[in-house]
Amino acid sequence: MTKRFGTVTAVDDVSFAVRRGTIFGLLGPNGSGKSTIIRMLCGLLRPTSGTAMVDGVDVVARPDAIKPRIGYMSQRFSLYRDLTAAENMKFYGQVYGLSTSDLRDRRREVTDLVGIGDYADRLAGNLSGGWQQRLALACCLLHQPRIVFLDEPTAGIDPVARRQLWDLLFELSGQGTTFLVTTHYMDEAERCSEVGYLYLSRLITLGDPAVLTSSTVATPEGTRWVQIECDESTRGYVLLRGSTGVLRATIFGRSLHLLVADDTSDEELAGRLAAEGIRVTRTLAVEPSLEDLFVALTERHTASAR
Amino acid sequence: MFAGLAAMIYKEMIQVRRDPATRVVFVIPVIQLIVFGYAIDTDVRHIPTVVFNSDRRTASRELLSRFETTDVFRIVEESPDVAGVRDAIVAGRAKVGIVIPADYSDALLNGRSAQVQVLIDGSDNTVATQVLSVANGIARDGSLRRMDVHGGPQPAISLRPKVLFNEEVESDHFFIPGLVGIILQLTTVFLTAFSIVRERERGTMEQLMVTPVSRWALIGGKLIPYALIGIVETCLVLTLMVVVFGIPIAGSTALLLSLSVVFLLPSLGLGIFISTLATNQAQATQLSLLIMLPSILLSGFFFPREQMPDIIWALSCVIPVTYYIQILRGIILRGAEAWHLWQPTLILAVLSIVILAGATWRFQKRLE
Repeated sequence: MTKRFGTVTAVDDVSFAVRRGTIFGLLGPNGSGKSTIIRMLCGLLRPTSGTAMVDGVDVVARPDAIKPRIGYMSQRFSLYRDLTAAENMKFYGQVYGLSTSDLRDRRREVTDLVGIGDYADRLAGNLSGGWQQRLALACCLLHQPRIVFLDEPTAGIDPVARRQLWDLLFELSGQGTTFLVTTHYMDEAERCSEVGYLYLSRLITLGDPAVLTSSTVATPEGTRWVQIECDESTRGYVLLRGSTGVLRATIFGRSLHLLVADDTSDEELAGRLAAEGIRVTRTLAVEPSLEDLFVALTERHTASAR
Repeated sequence: MFAGLAAMIYKEMIQVRRDPATRVVFVIPVIQLIVFGYAIDTDVRHIPTVVFNSDRRTASRELLSRFETTDVFRIVEESPDVAGVRDAIVAGRAKVGIVIPADYSDALLNGRSAQVQVLIDGSDNTVATQVLSVANGIARDGSLRRMDVHGGPQPAISLRPKVLFNEEVESDHFFIPGLVGIILQLTTVFLTAFSIVRERERGTMEQLMVTPVSRWALIGGKLIPYALIGIVETCLVLTLMVVVFGIPIAGSTALLLSLSVVFLLPSLGLGIFISTLATNQAQATQLSLLIMLPSILLSGFFFPREQMPDIIWALSCVIPVTYYIQILRGIILRGAEAWHLWQPTLILAVLSIVILAGATWRFQKRLE
């Protein structure tokens, strides 16, 4: 699909497939086109060219036919703040055409699933961010959608609520629901069955996170990743960054995360640090993270764009 | 589909009930009607008048008291000369000057024509025209009385005008029914436009658009609750009109209320139409005002439509409140029956269909 707004291309020839019952993660910087893709898949925006099949239905030709099959949770909390949690659920259940008895059963099920029972009679606007997200998820699960689109579902909620939400997603995907999730968090991306990385409106990589991180994009030929724990990581970082044989450097707490040329040994690196009075406690070979991969991809594409 | 519509209406009702702004929706029309109802009064009364009476005898004093008993003139100043009369008008202390010459009584006694000069401030045209006709009336009246006394010839043509309805020709009887229409249009257009634009701003519209709910249910879900509010408001302002302003409804109240519904539909439709053009509440306000001004100026509320240039007249034909004002004045003031009003009713019905169809066509379940 391609989407242009006037002269701006928001989504540039993006194509991907998602297997049923999996969690697909869409990543990329702000403004890279993630939300636009989701909105096109939900039938809210019409692609400038191309189309997509959602649960076997063409979104451009039959936007109304996909509505009963999908659930959508936008970036911003968009339920009625002046209705209670229970009233919101009832409203969306009715709008999705559930019968009175089905609605009663489903409300009980999703209420238990997201655990919002104690807050049923609170106004949605008065709930905390984490509970609002759970309520929103409950509302978009009522009609048992085959595919659920979640646009940054964990933005701005606390780590515990974030963890619980992901546990829920795993549980549901285990039962056969397909999820398409956008996120900025790398730990969330690593939990997805597959990820797509968008940069400047283009999908620049796609695949299983484990396979992607072991590719030569993250670790070019003749290089390796190493983690060095030392007592002064900040000073060590400044010292090693850009020095001979060190291609990339970041800090994770008290350790340095480095991409180094194969011919630069661990001992040599430790020696450079020791020369400045920094004591190395441990050195170990590591796999690159998704973040390392995306940073590498972003740099490569920025360079080729110039 | 009906389940979706019922859910929309029920949801809207809960929101309306909880929204503190709802009280304002009922208070504002009441305040508007009271404030504007009292303010809009084009009847000319108590015009400050300056007098230079150089005759000062009984006949001249009698003439002045006749001016004063019309209630139109209020003598605020006596001037020692003609120049003083002019000064008082230029300074704005008076709008009318009456100059009675020294030989006024003599002329009347001798059967000659007596000259009285009336100076009128023309800068206020409403006052000027009314004063002119009242002053002429006084002079004619006085002359006729003298003819009777002297047994002279009767005037060849005697006009006996009879005013049908609103016998006192009071301007508030003319304006207040129109004001009812203007206020109802104002609140209903704003209500629907804002309620939809607010859903857009808060993102709830986007959430609704990914559900299978139909466009008809979305529009109906806004139209029906606000039509109900509109009907309550209509009853409120009409009650106020009868109780506070003492203007009785000459015709059938039931007919008036049913035709009010026919007016509320295109009015609410305009609100929905505006909501499809505006992306935020500020834009919705501007667009609503764009509709409001012609509604006030061109609908026949203030100025008769008959004298409007063709293009303006044509424009006034597509404003729903134009016809509602005809219906209001017809039923309230002239006791019109349904068959008297078939024409404005039919046009309103056609306008409802056109406006609602246009609004539905514009109202897409898409974000673009």
